Amino acid sequence: MFDIDIWQEIFSTIRKNKLRTFLTGFSVAWGIFMLMVLLGSGNGLQNGVREEFADNAENVMWMWTGRTSIPYQGLKEGREIRFNNDDTDFLKEEAEGIEMVSARFFLSGDVTFSYGNEYGSFSTVSCYPALQDMEKIKVSSGRFINQIDMNEFRKSVVIGDDIRKALFKEEDPLGKYINIGSVPFMVVGVSYDPRARDNRQAYMPFTTAQRIYGGGNRVHNYAVTTTMVKTVEEADAISDKIREQMARRHSFDPTDRRAMGSFNMLSEYIRTMKIFQAIKMFVWIIGIGTLIAGIVGVSNIMLILVKERTREIGVRKALGASPSSVIGLVLLESILITTVAGYFGLVMGVGLMEGLNFGLEKMLEGGGGDQIFFRNPTVDFVTAISATVILIISGALAGYVPARKAARVKPIEALRDE
Amino acid sequence: MIVLNNVHKSYVTGNNSLHVLKGIDLEIGAGEFVSIMGSSGSGKSTLLNILGILDDYDQGDYVLNGRTIRNLNETNAAVLRNELIGFVFQSFNLISFKNARENVALPLYYQKVSRRKRNLIAMEYLDRMGLKEWADHLPSELSGGQKQRVAIARALISNPKVILADEPTGALDTTTSFEVMEILKEVNDQGITVIIVTHEHDIAAMTKKIIRLKDGVIEEVIKNGELKMYREKVMAE
Repeated sequence: MFDIDIWQEIFSTIRKNKLRTFLTGFSVAWGIFMLMVLLGSGNGLQNGVREEFADNAENVMWMWTGRTSIPYQGLKEGREIRFNNDDTDFLKEEAEGIEMVSARFFLSGDVTFSYGNEYGSFSTVSCYPALQDMEKIKVSSGRFINQIDMNEFRKSVVIGDDIRKALFKEEDPLGKYINIGSVPFMVVGVSYDPRARDNRQAYMPFTTAQRIYGGGNRVHNYAVTTTMVKTVEEADAISDKIREQMARRHSFDPTDRRAMGSFNMLSEYIRTMKIFQAIKMFVWIIGIGTLIAGIVGVSNIMLILVKERTREIGVRKALGASPSSVIGLVLLESILITTVAGYFGLVMGVGLMEGLNFGLEKMLEGGGGDQIFFRNPTVDFVTAISATVILIISGALAGYVPARKAARVKPIEALRDE
Repeated sequence: MIVLNNVHKSYVTGNNSLHVLKGIDLEIGAGEFVSIMGSSGSGKSTLLNILGILDDYDQGDYVLNGRTIRNLNETNAAVLRNELIGFVFQSFNLISFKNARENVALPLYYQKVSRRKRNLIAMEYLDRMGLKEWADHLPSELSGGQKQRVAIARALISNPKVILADEPTGALDTTTSFEVMEILKEVNDQGITVIIVTHEHDIAAMTKKIIRLKDGVIEEVIKNGELKMYREKVMAE
């Protein structure tokens, strides 16, 4: 393979037909370039949307209550449905399709937080420790609410980064007491949302909130994680099952979405990812189509080349060239053109997308990138490798037909003096 | 060296079948210097192709160097051509982008001889043809006679048993034609069988045996002694 003579011959024919080789190579390079740009853009879009889901675990389901809108088993519509602590126990221990549970008790509206002379109005979320995993809450210092806080009704609070900045400036907030409303809470942790959405929120133990703010055994809503599944149908079936179980407990029609509202993230997540799979396939089809056009070009050129070199091939055969050595010559040239040109296209395409990514990151760092549904529009290593493999295979494919034709050249016909 | 026994060959194009060789019986011993003559359409090129294992035959036997040549696949045919036969063509058929030395060395390349070694041997053969100084020249920079000498060097480099020359002087003027024939004669003197196809009487007259083909059969074979008479006859014309 790495025979200097073969390469010498290939390069001499390429040198003789510079423009033709360039144009052929260009069509292949363009094909790969477009494939990379399309794939990169598809990835960028997908990453952008995935980022939207990144605030929560994919399998989170939220449930909240309202008034019934459908009469059920002799009960009139307009009846108020309320969750309570028994529901929490049920969801945790008996309900099917549920893994983790966090209940929430609402504190009405924003509450004034104060520390020393600093104060501000922020929102408070009461929760179970499981909420950290469900909503992917990042704790930058200290810890999140834990089970001991829950059991002992501790007045512990995890404050968002904006609250920390407002109340503490440069001071270390851990272990300090702040007043929420008129109740002192000890800061046990600071949470940080890189997307700056939840930085004005404070988290406190559900049990504490329920007791302090006079909730009795009332629960306002639930965040739960459901069993991980692969299809939308399965995900929908799980949420239907959960709705049915809650409907039975509170006697309302399971289809009554006003009595109990719910949102199953997993269905949405799977549905969205399905769309991206389809887009990705579409991109591959277009990209490969473009590539095929380039390959047909190479094949065409090689055919002409074989035709032009019929006499030379005949001479070689008369001198003892085996058919396989003739095939090797044509095939190698074809592979060389497609690989070099394709690699060039690959580098250009990947380079463009990396450049775009660089610009995008700069923009995000500068803030205000929140509206952009486009993240990291690059092509991963495996895709680049598979594109390269496709290239080499397609080069071989492009060379195969002409090479076979070359191998069939009959020396007599080639050498006839006409 | 070469034995042909009732060899037939037809070319089929569409519905037409052209019976070109109609039973050739021929024996050429080792070290002979033979010319094949005949008008166009007599089948001399076809015969040469069969002798050179460039084409199959339909019927009969062809024994080359003690081996029956029949139903060879392309790879085996290529190996035999490479080992046993050296070709010289009318239009030289040198590879245009290779210099003289590389052209001469080509048969050895197909024998997988290392580059260094085959270039060394090629130089030796070029030297024998008096073309040592032209080794680095491309064919386009050589005269017709030089090109044919390079082609002969290429035919000889693999130490063949037989040299098959198809109109070797067809593209050359008289002086260079005689030079080339002189070289072929020297080659023959070293014991290599030389077979040339020609339609020129004066070229055929320089060989030791003339085989005249007509309409696909051997019309006459003129040997050594008779050749003298033949020469005189040609001179008289």
